[in-house]
Amino acid sequence: QGTFTLLRDTRTDGSFLVHHFLSFYLRAGCKVCFVALLQSFSHYSVVAQKLGVSLAAAKERGQLVFLEGLKSCLDLLFGEEEQPEQPSPLQFLSTSDLRALFDFVRLALAAPGSWKGPVLLVDDLSVLLSLGAAPVAVLDFIHYCRVAVCCQLKGNIVVLVHSNEDSEDEENELVVNSLCHHSDLILWAEGLATGFCKDVHGQIKIIKRLSLRQAAEQDLVQVYQYKIQDRSVTFFARGLSAAVL
Amino acid sequence: LVFTEEDKYDLYSNLLFKYFLAEGIVCGHDLFVASAKEHPDNILKELPAPLLDDTYGKELGDEAAAVKSEDFQDSMKIAWRYQNLPKMEASPTTYTKFGHYYDVSKKMSPELYQSVKWHSFYLHDELSFEPKMKAWNMNSGYAKLLQSIQRIISGEGFDGSDPQKKQRNVLRIGIQSLGSVLWGDDVCCSETPEDPHSLTKFLYVLRGLLRKSLSACIVTVPAHLMQNKAIMERVTNLSDMVVGLESFIGSERETNPLYKDYHGLVHVHQIPRLNSLICDVSDTKDLAFRLKRKLFTIERLHLPPDLSDTVSRASKQDLAGSAKLLSSGCGAMAIGKKHLDF
Repeated sequence: QGTFTLLRDTRTDGSFLVHHFLSFYLRAGCKVCFVALLQSFSHYSVVAQKLGVSLAAAKERGQLVFLEGLKSCLDLLFGEEEQPEQPSPLQFLSTSDLRALFDFVRLALAAPGSWKGPVLLVDDLSVLLSLGAAPVAVLDFIHYCRVAVCCQLKGNIVVLVHSNEDSEDEENELVVNSLCHHSDLILWAEGLATGFCKDVHGQIKIIKRLSLRQAAEQDLVQVYQYKIQDRSVTFFARGLSAAVL
Repeated sequence: LVFTEEDKYDLYSNLLFKYFLAEGIVCGHDLFVASAKEHPDNILKELPAPLLDDTYGKELGDEAAAVKSEDFQDSMKIAWRYQNLPKMEASPTTYTKFGHYYDVSKKMSPELYQSVKWHSFYLHDELSFEPKMKAWNMNSGYAKLLQSIQRIISGEGFDGSDPQKKQRNVLRIGIQSLGSVLWGDDVCCSETPEDPHSLTKFLYVLRGLLRKSLSACIVTVPAHLMQNKAIMERVTNLSDMVVGLESFIGSERETNPLYKDYHGLVHVHQIPRLNSLICDVSDTKDLAFRLKRKLFTIERLHLPPDLSDTVSRASKQDLAGSAKLLSSGCGAMAIGKKHLDF
């Protein structure tokens, strides 16, 4: 069974984790379907280059299926009449129905070919709520993806969501909490509680949900602090930043 | 996509908006101005005149130099530990030649702003909706604006669609008071608006348009009127840079002696993190702005030393809350509940 990893960020930007997973899985030789809703292809491409992976090349050889949300949305709204046999995956902008998006994902990962296990990467799920999808629809979409990718294809899913403490966005909190309960691994990047700091960009909590697999087990929680650099991220134990030592 | 939260009376955010447009004119960029509040023609007439000669810049430089030389002479006697810290630059150094300075008291000459190509969108002048837009499921005012922007972008070749065009230019888009009632959106009036997704959908599509063309956009929004904070959070996620302006007019901070040099605070909620893992984080996040007769400056919030012990406790805690992140070179402020007795 594949794993469902939830990337969560609070008071900070957790997208460095997305970049990491993207280059990680591509280097491992997996077939990746990347639903990139928030940034353009060139943004991910430039960062991936710094991390040693070429997204354009991966796309060429069919290892990466990239859905560029921003571009598809423009094609849908400003383009010519859509062909009826190929509905745009972003159809939910007008119909609030995520089924087309799910079909896109399923087709993308259905035939892994010579690649190792399929991987679905989503950046980020909170945008779907901003675009008119109901929280239940988003959860259904994730559930369908889990069945298709994790159970049937034995692949992994990595999803990024934003959350805020004292958030007034109840729909978002609902989605995030629900996903937390069903994830196998949660990577939670938080800004420091004491405020902004130049040397420590935030802290990351790694929660391994062992309680899901076996009834008596407790979740394993590890906390590290991190600093993001141009080409990498350094992790260290709390309070032991290089600036302090 | 620069997102600005307006201050209460929209004085300063309007100024920032005009600076953005004026800079565009001086740099020779094309402009697109959209508003539902005042006609774009009027907005253009009100832009500040650029300080084209270097004399003002030099003045500023002379002032700064004079201050610097004084400082060097006294070495610190009591707080000598602070001596080793780098000098804090309160205002931007005059050595940076990025951007231009503007004189707020003068208006830009008509020849100057007519020298660039500019497009306007005044909501109330626009024709009624076109049938294709029904599929969008969005507020019609926003939909019309998006159509207009897209038409300009593809028509003028900002998205690289016209390979014949050799000189590629940048389009600066300014959208005023988005989300206000004048655009037909009730996001600012009620906590459960009729179509809560219109604004966010608009921003998403705008983001898409910006990403695929050579354009930059500033949007000002009356955030203080928005009842539904969830929408503000979503909007923050969808923007690259979010800046909030909080003016002291009419609030209790106006009379607070600690803020007497400034007219308001600048809150930087989000910085763009594009094409790289890291973003350009500055040393401090406490910024304040002030409007001098000719110049609008944004400086680091510089609190004077807390010399009197009659400062009320309320203002101290208030200040402590907002000044949590002050860099260490600043003032000897006692952040705490008790006065320090010597």
